[in-house]
Amino acid sequence: MDELENRKVFVIAAFVVVAFIFLTRLFYIQIIDDSYRSSADNQALRYVTKYPARGIIYDRKSQVLVQNQAAFDLMVVPRQAEDIDTIAFCEIMDIEKMEYKERLSKAKAYSSYRASIFQKQLTSDEFSRIAESLYRFPGFYGQKRTLRTYPDSVASHVLGYVGEVNAGHLERDSFYRSGDFIGISGLERQYEAELRGERGLEVLMVDVHNTVQGKYSGGNRDVEARAGADLATSIDLDLQVYGERLMNDKKGSIVAISPEDGGILALISSPSYDPNLLVGTKRARNYQLLASNDSLDPLFNRALMAKYPPGSIFKLIQSLVALENNVISENTGFPCNKSLVGCHNHTSATNLREAIQMSCNPYFHQVFKRLISPGKSSNYFVDNALGLSQWAKDVEDFGFGQRLALDLPNLKSGSVPTTEYYDKIYGKRRWAFSTVYSLSIGQGELEVIPIQMANLAATIANRGHYIDPHLVDKVGKDSNVVWSKNETGITKDLFEPIIDAMQWVVEKPGGTARKARIDGIEVCGKTGTAENPHGEDHSVFIAFAPKDDPQIAIAVYVENAGYGGTWAAPIASLMIEKFIRGSVSDSLKENRILEANLLDVEVDED
Amino acid sequence: MRTKVSIFEEIDWLSVALYAALVFFGWLSIYAANYDDQSSQIFTLETNHGKQLLWIALASILGMILLLLDHRFFESFGYIIYGISVFLLLAVLLVGTEIKGAQSWFVLGPVSFQPSEIAKFGTSLALAKYLSTMGVHFSQTKHRLRTLAIVALPALLIMLQPDVGSTLVFLAFTLVLYRQGLSSWYFSLGFAAVFIFIMALFLKQYEWTVFGIIIQGKIAFLAGFTGLIALVYYLLRKVKGALLILGGVFASTLLYFFSVDYVFSNVLKPHHQNRINELLGIVSDPLGAGYNVHQSKIAIGSGGFSGKGFLQGTQTKFNFVPEQSTDFIFCTVGEEWGFLGSLILVFLFLALLIRIIWLSEKQRSSFTRIYGYCVAAILFMHFSINIGMTIGLAPVIGIPLPFFSYGGSSLWSFTILLFSFIKLDSERKFILR
Ligand SMILES: [Zn+2]
Repeated sequence: MDELENRKVFVIAAFVVVAFIFLTRLFYIQIIDDSYRSSADNQALRYVTKYPARGIIYDRKSQVLVQNQAAFDLMVVPRQAEDIDTIAFCEIMDIEKMEYKERLSKAKAYSSYRASIFQKQLTSDEFSRIAESLYRFPGFYGQKRTLRTYPDSVASHVLGYVGEVNAGHLERDSFYRSGDFIGISGLERQYEAELRGERGLEVLMVDVHNTVQGKYSGGNRDVEARAGADLATSIDLDLQVYGERLMNDKKGSIVAISPEDGGILALISSPSYDPNLLVGTKRARNYQLLASNDSLDPLFNRALMAKYPPGSIFKLIQSLVALENNVISENTGFPCNKSLVGCHNHTSATNLREAIQMSCNPYFHQVFKRLISPGKSSNYFVDNALGLSQWAKDVEDFGFGQRLALDLPNLKSGSVPTTEYYDKIYGKRRWAFSTVYSLSIGQGELEVIPIQMANLAATIANRGHYIDPHLVDKVGKDSNVVWSKNETGITKDLFEPIIDAMQWVVEKPGGTARKARIDGIEVCGKTGTAENPHGEDHSVFIAFAPKDDPQIAIAVYVENAGYGGTWAAPIASLMIEKFIRGSVSDSLKENRILEANLLDVEVDED
Repeated sequence: MRTKVSIFEEIDWLSVALYAALVFFGWLSIYAANYDDQSSQIFTLETNHGKQLLWIALASILGMILLLLDHRFFESFGYIIYGISVFLLLAVLLVGTEIKGAQSWFVLGPVSFQPSEIAKFGTSLALAKYLSTMGVHFSQTKHRLRTLAIVALPALLIMLQPDVGSTLVFLAFTLVLYRQGLSSWYFSLGFAAVFIFIMALFLKQYEWTVFGIIIQGKIAFLAGFTGLIALVYYLLRKVKGALLILGGVFASTLLYFFSVDYVFSNVLKPHHQNRINELLGIVSDPLGAGYNVHQSKIAIGSGGFSGKGFLQGTQTKFNFVPEQSTDFIFCTVGEEWGFLGSLILVFLFLALLIRIIWLSEKQRSSFTRIYGYCVAAILFMHFSINIGMTIGLAPVIGIPLPFFSYGGSSLWSFTILLFSFIKLDSERKFILR
């Protein structure tokens, strides 16, 4: 038996060999090959993005302009959704079976094991309706998102809107992931970095039925989402709402500024749209509708982008620049010589105040001629060119022809023609006053945007300087935004005759803006009627009030509305009274404006 | 003379310690595999780990009783227990309950057990008794055939259930017979048969193009084999009868080679075919036939070097791995204790197996020695198939990991197997034969 006893060695060797093979294999799959680890994570862990709440935007009295509402993306993990009762699911979701298959194969194309969006941005009502049956459909779960909501449906052109990031955004900024929201226009875009906050992450464990079994690793790998910063704006919600009502059925814009600090009180571009239209899943469709409305173009922000000739309001700048350059005094008179330029019938102005009050075109024709003939050169053409250069510089100091520091995107700069501009068109020394004289009354190559007009009113109210017009005063809890003060270089005292005249415009019998009068508030204003070669003239009015303690400066521009005193002036006065007093006393005036429809200039006469 | 106290002094405490360690480690794994944060109570009969605790307590009592029995009981009752086993195997085919496609269970109210578990014990006793009988020599063909009959009868009855896993376990007895003098040629033949079987299936999927001629994998194998036979013949050409023997080998190999295909597709059931295809890597279907192994490998593989930590496993706890308390209990070890835990487990088993063989060889009683070999061989077979299956080295055959897997029936039968041996071993100094 000795020989057979030795066989125990082979038996034990067999045990050892098998154990060794197992350990080698285990060493390979547990230590060398990483793929099992990631497969396990993909299956048993669910990485849930915690989306931050976007910052809320408030008006100057802490009333909400835009806030968030809960919404849900319905997510699907295709691998886990294979055996669900499709018919029941389609019934609950109210979709066709074909649609279901299509979406699922799209999700599968992305990944079988990772979640993709099956249906996005369900409202919380829609989601709660399906949430209670979701347990029957493994592989599906709700991902909490937030959507914007606008309680008063106003200020769409100020606030702008958010949308999902596109391929371009993803490529430019690594912060974004597919499905994120990004501000596309308005404050949402300007303050995107502040408003968006930071995504968080939650790692959950799920079992084979896709039921969540708790936090992975005790929540160690979770990252809290950080909410976006709130914005405190200078907008006065009540004034904004009121202004939008006044501009209903009118084309144009209103910009109201607090002269003291440059804060914008109201910014209205009409026709407007309900900002709630551009929220969530309906955004794309509604955007198409708005964008294809050529005649009204509600997406176009006239207050920032529409360039108009300033018309007669420009005479205020002409007066100030002329006084500062000593080409006239407040007592200088010019005859109303209609052979120079057309005018209405009135007695000739014997001083500057009367000229402004009566808005005499020939008067400013002659003022402008003095301005651009400084006598610095014996050559007439050279002298005019030198004069125009100085004039253009002085005009630009009022914020014209340059982009203001406003915190909104897509702001235009308008234009103030310079010597170089005319040299380019006519050639050097080939042009003179006679070529550019229409600038004297705010026509010609001058282009101004409504916010620059409001800024002009604020500058005059401040007697010589303006603070950058802006919307946001505070980001987050205590981070104040600093805006700078800009000087025009015009001596403060020189404003008095101009402001007196502006008061006469409103209050004196025969003033062009009698409709802007308010009992008990000294309103200073100036009308303008910009010639419109395409149809009825544009109606313009800028104003500030009260005269000695200005609280509001405003510009109202109504397209195709004819004479400035008829429509723009009363609208401005209603806004002023509403802001200063909180209510409007002259309901007759108010109703006339509210009921007016100035959209269709060729109204049938029947 | 000896007293009862001295019995316990003679017990091999190392084996008992290894047993206890495996049972404890097993219970921890069952606890972890079913753990959830809501109910972490240990003493409750509503959970698997709670029930297993009861089974363990009962198994300990069973072990005690075995140690207190007279050692002559095993030898005297060997054939009777074998006879009862065979009777139960017949009975289960008639009145048993079918679970998972095999009619292999007796279910009596809350109690259920598999007669095949007793059959392993009964066959071991009967085999040991027969081979240790005076006058029986394994070298004689008559005795060999009787030996074969003792093993084959219960194996065939189990195959009829059909319970492939338990049937395969009976192959373990060849290890015992090897120790008793079975020629190692049989093992070589067995390995060759398995090798050719795998080659026949494996090479089907390949073909190569050489000099513009498409050569199928099968043809390449046959060409190589023919060449090999020719070479051997050239070397042995002077030896008488070489042509005849080599011709016979060649012919029978060819016959076998071509019958593999037929057997594979006509005798094996589709789910067996799938499991073999999956194992050989011929098809990969991680969601279908390969799901269990795929998930099992993910669980074990994700454990890394030191594991995810006790109760921290996600794959086993959250039911990604099927049957994670029973056949796939090793996944919990691999996932939560990592390579280190797996290493310890493999060493525990290896230590126990070697200890049993070591002790067997020290026996003066050939009955005890042969029985010891039977125990080691059965444990080894279970260990190899079960672990091999979870890491993708063996086909998915549902047999439990001894002492580890959840279930009273299997825990008790392994306890009986082992403790009978420990009892027999404790008597060796008092046996003269
Ligand atoms: Zn005049």
